[in-house]
Amino acid sequence: MQKQTISLTVNDKKFTLDIDVRQSLADVLRKQGFTSVKQGCGVGECGACTVLVDDMAVDSCIYLAVWADNKKVRTTEGECRNGKLSPVQQAYVDAGAVQCGFCTPGLVMTTTSFLERNRDRKVTREEIRTGHAGNLCRCTGYETIVKAVEKIVDVAEEE
Amino acid sequence: MAVGKSPVRKDAVAKVTGKARYTDDFIMPGMLHAKYVRSPVGHGIVKSLDAKEALALPGVEAVFTYEDVPDIVYATAGHPFSLEVDHQDVADRKLLTKHVRYHGDEVAIVVARDPLTAEEAARKVKVEYEEFPVCVTHEAALAHDAPKIHAGGNVIKSHSFEVGGNLDQALSESDVVVEGEFKTPVVQHCHMENHTAYAYMDDHEHIVVVSSTQIPHICRRIVGEALGISWGRVRVIKPYIGGGFGNKQDVVLEPMAAFLTMKMDGAPVKLELNREECLVSTRTRHSTKSRCRIGATRDGALKGIDLDLVSNTGAYASHGHSIPSAGGAKSVNLYPRNVVKYSALTHYANIPSAGAMRAYGSPQVIFAIESAMEDAARAIGMDSVDFRIRNVAREQDVNPLSQKKISSAGICECLEKGRKMIGWDEKRKQYADQTGDVRRGLGVACFSYGSGTYPVCVEIAGCRLILNQDGSVHMQLGATEIGQGSDTAFAQMAAETLGVDYDKIHVVSTQDTDVSPFDTGAYASRQSYVVAPAIRKAALELKRKILGHVREMTGKAAEGMTIAGGKIVNQNRPERVVLDLAEVAIDAYYHKQRGGQLTADVSHKTRTNAPSYGCTFVDLEVDVPMCKVKINQIINVHDAGVIIHPLLAEGQVHGGMGMAVGMALFEELLIDPKSGWVHNSNLLDYKIPTFVDIPNLECAFVETVEPTSAYGHKSLGEPPIISPAPAIRNAILDATGVAVNEAPMTPKVLFRHFSQAGII
Repeated sequence: MQKQTISLTVNDKKFTLDIDVRQSLADVLRKQGFTSVKQGCGVGECGACTVLVDDMAVDSCIYLAVWADNKKVRTTEGECRNGKLSPVQQAYVDAGAVQCGFCTPGLVMTTTSFLERNRDRKVTREEIRTGHAGNLCRCTGYETIVKAVEKIVDVAEEE
Repeated sequence: MAVGKSPVRKDAVAKVTGKARYTDDFIMPGMLHAKYVRSPVGHGIVKSLDAKEALALPGVEAVFTYEDVPDIVYATAGHPFSLEVDHQDVADRKLLTKHVRYHGDEVAIVVARDPLTAEEAARKVKVEYEEFPVCVTHEAALAHDAPKIHAGGNVIKSHSFEVGGNLDQALSESDVVVEGEFKTPVVQHCHMENHTAYAYMDDHEHIVVVSSTQIPHICRRIVGEALGISWGRVRVIKPYIGGGFGNKQDVVLEPMAAFLTMKMDGAPVKLELNREECLVSTRTRHSTKSRCRIGATRDGALKGIDLDLVSNTGAYASHGHSIPSAGGAKSVNLYPRNVVKYSALTHYANIPSAGAMRAYGSPQVIFAIESAMEDAARAIGMDSVDFRIRNVAREQDVNPLSQKKISSAGICECLEKGRKMIGWDEKRKQYADQTGDVRRGLGVACFSYGSGTYPVCVEIAGCRLILNQDGSVHMQLGATEIGQGSDTAFAQMAAETLGVDYDKIHVVSTQDTDVSPFDTGAYASRQSYVVAPAIRKAALELKRKILGHVREMTGKAAEGMTIAGGKIVNQNRPERVVLDLAEVAIDAYYHKQRGGQLTADVSHKTRTNAPSYGCTFVDLEVDVPMCKVKINQIINVHDAGVIIHPLLAEGQVHGGMGMAVGMALFEELLIDPKSGWVHNSNLLDYKIPTFVDIPNLECAFVETVEPTSAYGHKSLGEPPIISPAPAIRNAILDATGVAVNEAPMTPKVLFRHFSQAGII
């Protein structure tokens, strides 16, 4: 087993960790207590483990932890500050977009990244759907999640 | 008033912030990890098994085989125990097996110090098999010379009923009799959290199992049965669970986890399936083949329905014949004024075991009936909606099977509402006689369902309410939150009856069979209906105790007071506050002479079962040369009685519709008919709908008031999945004139049908 020391920030906290080089970022984050990072498939199909690495959404189950060295990682635990939900989290709550909740942390991060990428432009419902297509949900039929995203982005009029 | 509003669901904040803990989020020091050794053949027997190499691997603690497990054959289906021996579930498996019955069957299990080592060791267990002939399909499993999958043969059970008169006579009185053969696929739940459980012992007697289960109390009993130990030795804890949809209404991992911790001197042992195992080696939906005949007169009177259905339960019975049995029975509520003849047979085959899945047989039965109803409407030249309105249940009809009066039925209004919402009458005219490549069509289908399992099973529910020192109320239930929002609905009910704010009701979401009241769990869309009376009784009892204590404190008659907004008020003049609830509570707890902890603990058996109703309307287009379907609009309209929480109710409907669109258009577990090999056991190749595959989902409600229900409500969890598939089939028929009597209606399937029909 080969070990390597990595330094990264998770939700603005610094971590220096000795890790097994085979470990995924998801495994390492979960071990550090970031259990919002869920595992639904382990092979990058379901998106439940989505986190932001340098503000880009990745499937942390197929993202090696060593690649996160010197990078900035965000999980849904860190989006809630001083007891106040982030706008994305609040939108999910208000829209009724949460059911079993297993896909929710990953989706919250995908939406967070989607929102940050589309700050200065209007987006269509189609773009919202495409922009979230890497995250599977079996409870909602995606309807309320689309509506949650529409609460916080600038929605373009449908043609 | 709390019922009928949409307060923030109890677990929403925990779930968006990642604070909600699921089974895998609990880790114990020294936890061991187990991995099954699975059969690579579809049917056969183990000739030899050599675990030497696996045991030699550093970190491997033990390997157990079929020779090491208790010689106990048990049943896994998550039904309540039945006092009637004939009604008990089919016991047909041991913890591990020498006779493997599907590709993925479990012959041995490895226990190691970490999951990677367990996986590697499982691969190093050398097993030789003698292969037997494999039967995958209905035809192969029921052939005279079919290999016996279990000692008793391949047929598990069959049953039939004929109610509402005589079918032959009804068909002879019909002007038109239509007939069709229908097929529904093996589909899988694909809840986002795979099956996972761990177990440990906290002394020499007691085994604690933490599991992602819908049915903790049933699970406790089945662990006891499977291991031959008394049920009280087992404690099952259910944290948050990442979806179940019926797949966790089966006891899949828990007996093995419990067995392993006993073998490992009580050390914590975890058994976590990966997605591939979850798709193949948990449960699926029964595939069916059926023949349906419908007779009607030209003026639109439905005379008789004849349905003959064969259901494939796979390698082990699990819920087995209960599925077609329930599917047939629950559908009789839909068209109760005509003859219904139903016969069903369930058989084994060398494919993954089928068990409970959302709506439990009804999607298969209704696919056939509502497709044939469409054909009948067309044969008599009547509008599809009008034909259904003419024949669906009305209040005061008597269900000819149960002989019970139907006391609320909003299906007529649902059909009227849906017809308006989709613009049925205008579009029907607009879509007539299309000939181009892309053709639009309209479809409709209805369903009926039950609210629970009574009188087939016992319906028992428990609720415990505790007044806290600060005037808030703790609520404990045996019923389980599995994502549907039951904790929230239950809190609303308690708030409504007790007169305290919803925010003051704290629901203990985790079930622990050592602590939680007895309840059989989440299935059959039972919980809101059968738990409500327990909650109502408990709330009334707690209210009586609180007012009794107020009388002791104040000397005022309890009859003149009530609780409103968390305060004790004058019944006639609620603006007059007598005391705050917190003042009463603190006095009851700490006054040296009077009071005590104020609680109510109620167990209630429900002895009614209200039918719920609904329908789907769909507007779609078919690209005929491309054999592709695009849904332009889809609407579900439901009669679930009084809607407790409109936002959550809509969520249930959307989720069911989304899953149904998957079953109708994309999903099928593909099994090689020769080898039993599952081709697509992963989420890339097994096509559950993604964001871009699902159209906008619309829903509406017709609120009836069900008199047998504590708050006027009826079932809603499973029903939304039932009618979309036949509505889609009927819309494809409307668009193209081709009856596609099988799901999923993929381009490949449509190509075959369109070619046969000569339209491409």
